[in-house]
Amino acid sequence: EFLDGPGKSPSDRVQKGAVPPTSPVPCKGGQAAAASAPVPSRWRRSGEAPGPARRSGSRGGARAHAAPLPSFRRRGPAGRAPRAPVRPGRVSAASPSPGAVALPGARARGWAAAAAARAAQRRRRAEGARGPPSPRAALYVHWPYCEKRCSYCNFNKYIPRGVEEAAVRSCLVTEAQTLLRLSGVRRVESVFFGGGTPSLASPSTVAAVLEAVDQAAHLPADSEVTLEANPTSAPSSRLAAFGAAGVNRLSIGLQSLDDTELQLLGRTHSSRDALQTLAEARRLFPGRVSVDLMLGLPAQQVGPWLRQLRTLLGCCDDHISLYQLTLERGTELFTQVQRGTLSAPDPELAAEMYQEGRALLRDAGFRQYEVSNFARNGALSTHNWTYWQCGQYLGVGPGAHGRFAPQGAGDHTREARIQTLEPDNWMKEVMLFGHGTRRRIPLSKLELLEEVLAMGLRTDVGITHQHWQQFEPQLSLWDVFGASQEVKALLAQGILLLDHRGLRCSWEGLAVLDSLLLTLLPRLQDAWQQRAPSLVQGE
Amino acid sequence: MWTPAGRGRWHGRALRLWAAATARRGPPESGPAPTRAAAAAAGTPRSPDGPADRKEKIDMSRFSVENTRNFSIIAHVDHGKSTLADRLLELTGAIDKTKNNKQVLDKLQVERERGITVKAQTASLFYNCEGKQYLLNLIDTPGHVDFSYEVSRSLSACQGVLLVVDANEGIQAQTVANFFLAFEAQLSVIPVINKIDLKNADPERVEKQIEKVFDIPRNECIKISAKLGTNVERVLQAVIERIPPPKVHRKNSLKALVFDSTFDQYRGVIANVALFDGMVSKGDKIVSAHTKKTYEVNEVGVLNPNEQPTHKLYAGQVGYLIAGMKDVTEAQIGDTLYLHKQPVEPLPGFKSAKPMVFAGMYPIDQSEYNNLKSAVEKLTINDSSVTVHRDSSLALGAGWRLGFLGLLHMEVFNQRLEQEYNASVILTTPTVPYKAVLSSAKLIKEYREKEITIINPAQFPDKSKVTEYLEPVVLGTIITPDEYIGKVMMLCQARRAVQKNMMYIDQNRVMLKYLFPLNEIVVDFYDSLKSLSSGYASFDYEDAGYQTAELVKMDILLNGNIVEELVTIVHKDKAHSVGKVICERLKDSLPRQLFEIAIQAAIGSKIIARETVKAYRKNVLAKCYGGDITRKMKLLKRQAEGKKKLRKIGNIEVPKDAFIKVLRTQSDK
Repeated sequence: EFLDGPGKSPSDRVQKGAVPPTSPVPCKGGQAAAASAPVPSRWRRSGEAPGPARRSGSRGGARAHAAPLPSFRRRGPAGRAPRAPVRPGRVSAASPSPGAVALPGARARGWAAAAAARAAQRRRRAEGARGPPSPRAALYVHWPYCEKRCSYCNFNKYIPRGVEEAAVRSCLVTEAQTLLRLSGVRRVESVFFGGGTPSLASPSTVAAVLEAVDQAAHLPADSEVTLEANPTSAPSSRLAAFGAAGVNRLSIGLQSLDDTELQLLGRTHSSRDALQTLAEARRLFPGRVSVDLMLGLPAQQVGPWLRQLRTLLGCCDDHISLYQLTLERGTELFTQVQRGTLSAPDPELAAEMYQEGRALLRDAGFRQYEVSNFARNGALSTHNWTYWQCGQYLGVGPGAHGRFAPQGAGDHTREARIQTLEPDNWMKEVMLFGHGTRRRIPLSKLELLEEVLAMGLRTDVGITHQHWQQFEPQLSLWDVFGASQEVKALLAQGILLLDHRGLRCSWEGLAVLDSLLLTLLPRLQDAWQQRAPSLVQGE
Repeated sequence: MWTPAGRGRWHGRALRLWAAATARRGPPESGPAPTRAAAAAAGTPRSPDGPADRKEKIDMSRFSVENTRNFSIIAHVDHGKSTLADRLLELTGAIDKTKNNKQVLDKLQVERERGITVKAQTASLFYNCEGKQYLLNLIDTPGHVDFSYEVSRSLSACQGVLLVVDANEGIQAQTVANFFLAFEAQLSVIPVINKIDLKNADPERVEKQIEKVFDIPRNECIKISAKLGTNVERVLQAVIERIPPPKVHRKNSLKALVFDSTFDQYRGVIANVALFDGMVSKGDKIVSAHTKKTYEVNEVGVLNPNEQPTHKLYAGQVGYLIAGMKDVTEAQIGDTLYLHKQPVEPLPGFKSAKPMVFAGMYPIDQSEYNNLKSAVEKLTINDSSVTVHRDSSLALGAGWRLGFLGLLHMEVFNQRLEQEYNASVILTTPTVPYKAVLSSAKLIKEYREKEITIINPAQFPDKSKVTEYLEPVVLGTIITPDEYIGKVMMLCQARRAVQKNMMYIDQNRVMLKYLFPLNEIVVDFYDSLKSLSSGYASFDYEDAGYQTAELVKMDILLNGNIVEELVTIVHKDKAHSVGKVICERLKDSLPRQLFEIAIQAAIGSKIIARETVKAYRKNVLAKCYGGDITRKMKLLKRQAEGKKKLRKIGNIEVPKDAFIKVLRTQSDK
């Protein structure tokens, strides 16, 4: 089932991330391969429907060589072509490098143990080597504008009278260049245009950013480039233009297939608009379209919601996100519920929708690879996976968050960075300083480990021993959690698993992860404080 | 008693209940104006304003007993007691008329909620009437039945009272309670109908009420507007005409009643005294009849209303005395002072403070324990009636079990802690002192008494050890417009009250008397009464001893483990409903956990109520991407930190505020 080419076994993927993010890595070969591969500047091509064209161009290679996400395709129909525009040469460049992340392996696969062994071997070699790091990162671009405020959204967004797009574009480009230089990142593995409503931006802006990224670092042709699209602002022609600009994955904010609910949410589209956009998107980006569906809305009932999900299953692509509504302070829904003009969502019903929904998706062949994310045919979001694996990422645009070590400036400590929130101020700063970074918070080693724990457990694979060791080579998962009575109680309850593969939630545990973390995080903090003195010195 | 540590006597007095020393009635310390007025009135030579002037001492021997009147003002809240006092002081020149003497007291919320009267001020007024110099002593009384003992002591220094009634609102519950206190003390009662200037004033109706309820002829009522000063002079005349002079003897040896005391940081205890016999001056050696301790008098004087030193105080007069007492417990209210080696029969009626309401008090954060401790000490130095026992709770940490005279007393104490000492505290549900009569000689020997008082539910003796349990009862007076009678009676019945009396005080107002178990009114009775009567019913109560009661100890269990903090003593008939309420409240305040929690109320092994907290089915942030991580980590760490502070009962983690929610607002419906 797995299409392993020479030197591109699944273990490559595991081993790819099996290196401490800041340790020197021998990767010259990979770099060379990547550098020598001709990179088609996809965003320069215009007027061409991107999906099919790229697909045909990459099909052969992808079939013959390692799929970058081998496990993703496990459930896919036999012989079905991977849709990602995969370039074999570039995949082989997947040598260990900081910021790279292990992609999710399937559960209970025969090769897992062997892969682990090989990965360990690779890691030892990596650790022994000395050489300049070649960091990778994901890149997030924030488009802060919307046509209308949605009643549930507390994101950093603005409803402008008019956007001086050229100025915004220029600032996005400048900031991307500055941060890439600062980070020393040499390879951008995914780009995500979020917002706001990035589908309101013109395709030329998207193209300009991608162009700049490729020039400042390197944006391989197979990098995932996602755009969040709003059904009303994304007619077919626009979608095609985005495709031509370099976007190769769409995330559609469909939210609901019930017009009354859409109205409650303050969305500007109807369920018909949504389905139409979805169909167009699938035509243009086959296998690369995701839809969001919300659950747990006020007054929403389980039965009707499941019918929505079933309808969606009949017409969706290979990726679905199910998001329970969170009432956020400062949103209209929050205010209405506070005032009592709207009934508060029932958490019991939401829990039931979630459980029924994830079961339904499982039966439909979707893998729940994260708390709210489901994919079949291996169509996971690489970009988001980076977040959950604590890979490096750069945040560009007003209020964008990033997490990377400014290696370009010689600093190897990872920082949490936040850009200036308000677009006008952000632009002023970018024009003055080349970037609008408002805060830089260095992450201690413990803080990074806490994030590895909290984010990693959101995924179905959880935290593998290898993954953990990249970040903390000395204190193993067993050392941290093995002896704790509280953890043992969670294991005995069957909501948490700790075994030869690593630490992860069970099906039931994933739904209550935040409760588990309240036991696990203090345990990690204690273990960290109680490290042997030699370990402390070694730090 | 309630006194701030401030030295300004006048406003100190005015604010004694009210803690916050922000409202200033006049200038701090004695301003020149009152002194001058006093000096002029007393016929002493006038001298220029200035500190030296204040050292001039008044010769109190000029005021004969025949020309002395001692009286109090009693009233329901907001009926105008303080405004009238202001006018009387102005009329007699004790305070300057040009000053803005409007009642500007900084009232605590609790006052409005509970309907308590602002304390008047003790002041000696010098008044000229038909060529005679009169000494009119206006004696302070606390305005609430929580302080009825203090009121009775203050009244025992008087021969008459002004009973102030609002011309609009008419007689209220507290008017009745106050009247009977005065009546029992055989004092002359001068009814004063106030606020006749109000648009809806109906003084005739109030006259009729007074006639009906108090049996005082209508023509004895004085109709005034204290606000405008209308007819206030007539009040002073009535005091002279209708109130008899005190029956005392200067020739006898000193017999003085302590009717109040305050604590001054620099001078120690300042005792307010009324002389029944003899005289006292600086240098005298005096003895407390209660403690038998001897003191040397440093200073005597009158309150005018500020402290005004005098050479002497004579029988029939009222003033203050400083004698090197270091602690207010050395000058307890009701105590008798006499001259060293000249003992007298102590005045009757002395009692030590008897707390009627007990509650646990804990710092919100244990790190605040020492600050709170010092605040409690500072407050109790002025209030000997608060009893303090150290206590500790597994959930709430180290704290105290405090005893108060009543609910109001407790709330005032708590508000003073918060306002004056900026201390945030957890106050547990108040309980009342139950009693148990022990059944065997062996037990009596063990407990050293036959009847034991239980102030902490954890110490409740098992039924096998006792012949009977007793609970404190009070006689409550409710005055309500008759349209609310039905609801009021239902409320009283639900509180296990027994009706003792009912009468119409006019065409549409009814006075009801009920015997209430104290614990039934201790939490939310007053609020319920006010809300069901749209605020029109008034309530007051007085101590009525103990009655037998079928009491049981109720445990609260979480998955089978007893929660010690929530052990409750409850009447058998109320156990089910109280248990249900506690279980429901716990259910609402216990966070879900990864397993189901059974909350049960039990008497012995019998479960009488149950609620279930279901296990968490979903608790995970839906969206967690690049921009959400920082916030999520912060939240998780804060929650994890909070979890460390949780009290573990079995494997259940209970946040402190879950206890607080149950303990604080638990109401027995």
